[in-house]
Amino acid sequence: MLQTEIIVPAELVRLVLGIVALAAFVGANAIVLVWLERKVAGHIQRRPGPFEVGPYGLLQTAADAAKLIGKQLTMPAGADAFLFWLAPILAFLPVFVLFMPIPFGENLYSLDMDLGLVLILAYAGFGVLSLCLAGWSSHNKWGLLGAARAVSQSVAYEIPLLLAVLAIAFMTGSFNLQAITEGQGPWPWQWNVAVQPLAFFIYFACALAETNRAPFDLPEAESELTAGFHTEYSGMGFGLFFLAEYANMIVVSSVATVLFLGGWQGPVFSGWWWFLAKVYALILAMMWFRWTYPRVRFDQLLNLNWKWFIPLGLANLLVTVAVV
Amino acid sequence: MSEIQTGDYYTRHFSPGPSDDTLIINMGPQHPSTHGVLRIIVELDGEYILRCEPVLGYVHRMHEHMGETKSYTQYLPNMGRVDYLHALAWNWAWCGAVEKLAGIEVPERAQYIRVLTTELNRISSHLLWWGAYILDLGAFSPILYAFQDREIIMDLLQIPTGSRLTYCYFRFGGVSADLSDAFLAGLKDFVPYLRGRLPMYRDLVTDNVILRKRCEGIGHFSPELCRRYGATGPVARGSGIDYDVRRAEPYSIYDRFDWEVPVLEAGDAMSRYLIRLAEIEQSLKIIEQALATIPSGDFIAKGAPKPKWAPPRGETYFAVEGARGKIGVWLVSDGTKTPYRVKLRAPGYCNLSLFAEAAQGVLLADAVSILGSLDLVIPEIDR
Repeated sequence: MLQTEIIVPAELVRLVLGIVALAAFVGANAIVLVWLERKVAGHIQRRPGPFEVGPYGLLQTAADAAKLIGKQLTMPAGADAFLFWLAPILAFLPVFVLFMPIPFGENLYSLDMDLGLVLILAYAGFGVLSLCLAGWSSHNKWGLLGAARAVSQSVAYEIPLLLAVLAIAFMTGSFNLQAITEGQGPWPWQWNVAVQPLAFFIYFACALAETNRAPFDLPEAESELTAGFHTEYSGMGFGLFFLAEYANMIVVSSVATVLFLGGWQGPVFSGWWWFLAKVYALILAMMWFRWTYPRVRFDQLLNLNWKWFIPLGLANLLVTVAVV
Repeated sequence: MSEIQTGDYYTRHFSPGPSDDTLIINMGPQHPSTHGVLRIIVELDGEYILRCEPVLGYVHRMHEHMGETKSYTQYLPNMGRVDYLHALAWNWAWCGAVEKLAGIEVPERAQYIRVLTTELNRISSHLLWWGAYILDLGAFSPILYAFQDREIIMDLLQIPTGSRLTYCYFRFGGVSADLSDAFLAGLKDFVPYLRGRLPMYRDLVTDNVILRKRCEGIGHFSPELCRRYGATGPVARGSGIDYDVRRAEPYSIYDRFDWEVPVLEAGDAMSRYLIRLAEIEQSLKIIEQALATIPSGDFIAKGAPKPKWAPPRGETYFAVEGARGKIGVWLVSDGTKTPYRVKLRAPGYCNLSLFAEAAQGVLLADAVSILGSLDLVIPEIDR
């Protein structure tokens, strides 16, 4: 009898399972978030939000997704077809990589690596490439303006974001997200946000700008640029940008939870539910901002970054280094 | 073969400037912040506007020519459709012009009814502007708060006028229906209600630092610029010109009430914003006094003109203060049943003509802010 044994490294199994699980997680959460956003917006604006499709309108997003999938994909004449269709895919793909090193629970992660934080920061830069390609290739002047805005905004805001994250990395002495989580205690005053409130503030403001959320939603500023970089996208082309926006919201909130809010640890019953609760609290705050504030102007946005966030972030980093 | 031309007449004649790395772009006629079908051709350097030129006429409906083909009464419903946001002021301008031409006396109660409904309509117009302007600046929620209050006004005005937006309520020598007790009671409750809401507007929006940064010092109009283009209404009063038709050329019974014309010197988008909010308060003040002193009597003059009536030969001009500025009607009668000539002075047209000069050298986002602060109603501009 011949017995063939295929030896599969345990790490690979974990990775593949992790990616499949993450795809489901991202999809499910994006659907919930779109519904949540519309409900939050509705209640802030004194209206009920979606309530016809399914209980509490929960299936509204599914109906919308079906509609988007059924729509014709159009491309303007003169657009660069390859780049035009590459852009939405490129917007959505890095999201999976971004989720891999995030520890959702004590043993709930798909990739345990020492440079997890670096991986996330590196792939987060992909988002702006897709926005740039989308605006550039769609042969539309509004799209081009949106792309130009997206590039300068993302490049500028990545610097204070890195400074804020570095302060935490220096404190913990590690880029490993699991180690950073375990470096904090279960109680709120043991979390990094208590030690580094300024870094948390800078990180959160930059995260809003990086995900193009109001009040920093300039690349798609509706009242100025009609729809900015995705003006020419229809159907799922637009749908992928939309999904990517919500997935990115989950990513930045997850990273904030790991870095500043103690990750999956909670005062009682530590576990992934604490992680999810913290992520959703941050996302709700982002939605609250979006439906309350007007949009800042582009030069104000950049001034805020170069004159305030970067000097403050640098000072914060220097003080952290001196103390550590 | 003829050369293929791109663009239309306006884009072809909007010749590129001296620099060849500028971007010529059409803002509108389908653009979220031009409030309808206004089209602006813009030459951009980066995001800075070098030149711009409004293109009008997409909703030109020949209102003035219709005035020359319809009878005096038949032309009444057109007025609510010129400026659908402050329809009653246009009603008043037309009726006032005809009354002035024919020397028709309006009964006391009808005068009060006109003041009450027109001021209420002015508040609803300002509320809608407020919400739409904040929407232009990127905040989505305030417009729904404004609409909640505006809804009450529309419900109230529906009682006497029978319609919610394009009112046709005034008649030569009065109004078409008397005010009911339900309307008067509702209005009495509405005045303190809206007064209570205004501080919320201030806390939620006016004091917001982002809004202040987007309005203060943006779109500065000098009084000289306003005079040159004939700007009126909140646009002129925001630039320090103390001109309100209700006070400058008093008509009806406005001189009986104690109210102020809010004027600010700054001339920026913020001052125009504050002027409109202050005007809501002043309109509430007028409504309150008119409610307290409204006499009983006829709501339309005895022997008011019948539909087939013809006024005497003559020529007249009558102006009222609308939510956007001075609404004027110039009317020439040759003694027949249809007017010989009707000219409508729409305040939005003059206010918009400022824009090309004021928007030079500003950022695209500021141009949106300036355009919003002018409070344009495109059908009124195109007529």
